[in-house]
Amino acid sequence: MNLKNPAFLFAILLLFWILLSNTLALEFLIPGMLLIVLIIVLFCRNCKIFDGAKTTPKAFIYTLVYIFVFLGELIKSNFDIARRVLSPKLPVNPGIIEAKTKLKSPMGRMILANSITLTPGTFTVEIDNDTLYIHSIDIDEEHLDDMSSKIIRRFEKYLEEIYD
Amino acid sequence: METIEIIGALITLAGSIFLVLGSLGLVRMPDLYTRIQAGTKASTLGTILTLFGLGLIHLDWMGKLIILILFVLLTNPISSHILARSAHYIKTPVSKLTKVDKLKDKETEKTSEANHTNPEDEL
Repeated sequence: MNLKNPAFLFAILLLFWILLSNTLALEFLIPGMLLIVLIIVLFCRNCKIFDGAKTTPKAFIYTLVYIFVFLGELIKSNFDIARRVLSPKLPVNPGIIEAKTKLKSPMGRMILANSITLTPGTFTVEIDNDTLYIHSIDIDEEHLDDMSSKIIRRFEKYLEEIYD
Repeated sequence: METIEIIGALITLAGSIFLVLGSLGLVRMPDLYTRIQAGTKASTLGTILTLFGLGLIHLDWMGKLIILILFVLLTNPISSHILARSAHYIKTPVSKLTKVDKLKDKETEKTSEANHTNPEDEL
């Protein structure tokens, strides 16, 4: 049996337990851990969510870097939208383009799609195996391929270190 | 009033400004897809900033507010993705400004292929 899934789940659930109970006292932590083990034994015998995740130290560092890159992009995307909404001419130039990803695991693809949705001017409309259909608010008709690879690579280069 | 409370109040204010801009975007954008663009991004960062600012004002709420932020961050993009996908599926018209629609190309390709082969395969 793959121990990775229960271990990841344990860490995430423990983090949520600590955040909810807002204390590190042992009389709160131990019942929490017992409950988490019970939940994992009851409901997660065949979990496959984190199968694609890598557990090397490099993957851990990339996860941290990824979070900061992502937050930066999220803030940038909001200023971008604010600029477009406030400008009187409403500079939109929308279109749906396709892009291919190299990520294999479903979890990695989901995170990629979610990140694209929250970044400047783009969001994912549909995923079909390795092809993502991305709606972009400002497309450059002559350089469609450049554009799609740029959108994908922005996150994929971090995610491929974390997920298969 | 302590400094941290003032910072929290300012962050909450910034969050509400983003929420206002997002709603303005909903009114001004030309079609459903661009409206989703404005709605998703502005509401995500707006909600995050509002909750985080609130957490700075009431520090003992911070843990629970971080859980709320994580939920917003995980569920907001999914809901907008599903909205856009189903809208495209029932052929909601795109604005005249739209330049390319690769997804539509793919769907028409699929239907013409299906018409050429045995239609019962679709079932």
